Amino acid sequence: MRGHRLLASLIILLSATLLDASDVKISQLLPVDIKLTDQPALQRGARVFMNYCSGCHSLRYLRFDRMAIDLGLVTVNGKPDEQLASNLIFTHAQINDPIKINMPPTEARQWFGTVPPDLSLIARVRSPSWLYTYLKSFYPDSSRPFGSNNVLIPDVAMPNVFAPLAEHTQAGGLSEDEFNGILQDVVTFLVYAGEPSKLVRYRMGVFVIVFLSVFLVVIYLLKKSYWRKVLVAGKKHIPL
Amino acid sequence: MGNLVNWINERFPLLSAWKKHASEYYVPKNLNFFYYFGFLSTAVLINQLVTGLWLTMFYTPSASQAFASIEYIMRDVNYGWLLRYMHSTGASALLIVVYLHMFRALLYGSYKKPRELVWLLGMAMFILILAEAFCGYLLPWGQMSYWGAQVITSLLSAIPYVGDNLVTWVQGDYHVSDATLHRFFALHVIGIPLLLTVLVGLHIVALHQVGSNNPEGIEIRKQLNRDGKPLDGIPFHPYYTIKDLFGLTVFLIGFFAVVFFMPDMHGYFLEPTNFIPADPMVTPDLITPVWYMTPFYSILRAIPDKLTGVIAMGSGVMILIFLPWLDKSPVKSMRYKGYLSRLALALMIVCFITLGYLGTVPVTPVKQIVARICTTVYFLYFILMPVYSRMEAHRTVPDRIMK
Repeated sequence: MRGHRLLASLIILLSATLLDASDVKISQLLPVDIKLTDQPALQRGARVFMNYCSGCHSLRYLRFDRMAIDLGLVTVNGKPDEQLASNLIFTHAQINDPIKINMPPTEARQWFGTVPPDLSLIARVRSPSWLYTYLKSFYPDSSRPFGSNNVLIPDVAMPNVFAPLAEHTQAGGLSEDEFNGILQDVVTFLVYAGEPSKLVRYRMGVFVIVFLSVFLVVIYLLKKSYWRKVLVAGKKHIPL
Repeated sequence: MGNLVNWINERFPLLSAWKKHASEYYVPKNLNFFYYFGFLSTAVLINQLVTGLWLTMFYTPSASQAFASIEYIMRDVNYGWLLRYMHSTGASALLIVVYLHMFRALLYGSYKKPRELVWLLGMAMFILILAEAFCGYLLPWGQMSYWGAQVITSLLSAIPYVGDNLVTWVQGDYHVSDATLHRFFALHVIGIPLLLTVLVGLHIVALHQVGSNNPEGIEIRKQLNRDGKPLDGIPFHPYYTIKDLFGLTVFLIGFFAVVFFMPDMHGYFLEPTNFIPADPMVTPDLITPVWYMTPFYSILRAIPDKLTGVIAMGSGVMILIFLPWLDKSPVKSMRYKGYLSRLALALMIVCFITLGYLGTVPVTPVKQIVARICTTVYFLYFILMPVYSRMEAHRTVPDRIMK
C-alpha cells in the first residue's frame, strides 16, 4: 500500500516536471461557451461593455456603425439605428467614429498607475476562457487601493467593476447562472470585437469548400480520362 | 489566332519553348504523391505575390502606423481580412510544401548527379524563403514581430570584433526600430521576391535540362525509342498539368479550410502575442519564432555558447547544400538503398520534427537534453552519410520502370 502511494507520488512529481507551468495554468481556466451566431448575446454583451467597461477601455479598431450593423442594431433599411447614439454612445463620438475613451492618459496614470489597455484585440491575445476566468477571479483585498485583487493577474490595477452585480447576486437579486451569463455575454462581445470578420468568414468558407469539392470531382474525372491513355499505352508498349 | 502565333513565333521562340518545357518535355510516368509539391510551391509563391501586392496597397511601413494599418486591413478594407489570412496562411503553407518537396529529394535522391545544380538553386531559394518569412514577420509590428527580430538580428553580435557594429548596421539603429521596419519592408516586397522569381525560373530550366527524377531513381533518358523519346516518359502536358491541377484542388481545399476556419492555427500560424503592438519596454515571457524556424532555433538554444550556437544554427541550414557530395551511394532512390540509409533518414526526420516542437515551448532541463540529442543526430545524419551510404548493401536498379 505504502509502495503504491510512493509510486503514485513519484509519477505525479515526474509528470509535474515534464509539464510546463503554462500548461498547468491553462487547465485551471474555466470553460466558457462562445456562440457568435447568438446575436442577442452579442447585443447584451455590447450593452454590458458600454455600461461597465467603456469608461476606461477603448475599442479603437472597432467603429460604432460597424458594430451596429454587425450586431443587427439597424433600422429596416439596414442603416445603423439612431437609438444607438442615445443608448450605447456615452461620449461625443459620431456614429462612424471608433470606440474611444475620454479619459486623459496623464490622469489615468494618476488614478490607476497605468493607462487602461485598449481591448480591441484582447480576445485574440488572451483566450475567451482566460477573459471569463479573469472576470470571475476578483476577490476582496483591503491592501489594494480599490479593495480588490485578482488571481490571474496579482496586484492588477483594475478594480472589480462587476462587484455591484456580484453583491446583487449574493443578495438574491440575480441567480448565479444569470451573473455568469452576463460575463459570458461580454466575453462573446469581445471575441467579436477582436475579429468582426469572424461573423462572415465561416459562412463564406463553406461556400468556397463546397465549390472546390465540386470542382475536384470534375478535375478528377478529367484526369482519369487522360491517364487512361497512359495505362493503355503502357500495356501495349505504345509511346505517347 | 494562328497568324498571331506565327507573328510572335518569327520574333520569339514561343512554340519551341512550349514544346521543350510542356508538350514535349518527357516526365517519368511513375511520379507519386511527393511530386506534387514542386508545382504547389510555385502555386503558393504566386498566391504570396498576388495577395502581397494587394496588402502593400493598404499597409503602412512605419513604426507608428504599421500595427494599426494591419487592423485597418482586417476591418475596414473590403475583403482585407481574406487577403491578409491568405497571405499569412500562405507563408506557412509555402514552408509546408517546400519541406515536403525537400523531403522528396532526400527520399528519392533527386539531388544526386546529374541534378546537383537543381538542388543548389533549390537550396538558394530555401534560404531566401526563410529570409523572406523573417522580414515579413516584422511587418505587423506586434510584440512577437519586434522581439523575434530583436533576438535574431542581435545574434550577429556573437561574431568577434565586428559583431556589435554589424548589428547596428543591419538594424539601422541601436535597436529594432522604424529604420529596421523600413528596410525589412523593402527587402520583403522587392529585394527577396525579385530574386526568388528569377531563381524559380532557373530551377525549372536547370531541371528540364537534366529531366525529372522519379521514385525508382531510374534515368528515363537512357532508354529511348526510335524517335528518340524516353520509353518510360510521358509528355508533361497534358498528363502532368492535369494531374497537378487535381493536386492543386486538393491542396486548395485544405488551404482554404485553414484560411476560413482556423487562420491562426491555434497560435502556430499567427501567434497570440503578436496581437499586442510592439513595445520596446516590455519583453514577452516567451519569445518563439513561427513553427518553420523552430527546428533551427532549437539547435541555437541547445548550445550553451552563443557564437557556437549561431554557427550551429547556420550550419543546420547550410549543411544541406553539400548533400550531393555527401551521398556516396551508387543508387538514388531509398527503394534501392540499404537499411542504414533508411534508418538514418527516419531518425533525422524524427529529430528534426522534435526540434521543431521543442522550439515552440520553454526550455526545461529534460527538454534541453532531448534537444541536444536531436541536434547531434541531425548533424550525424549528414556527417556520417559518406560512411554509411558507401558501406551499406544496395539492390540493383532495373533499366526500365516496371509499373
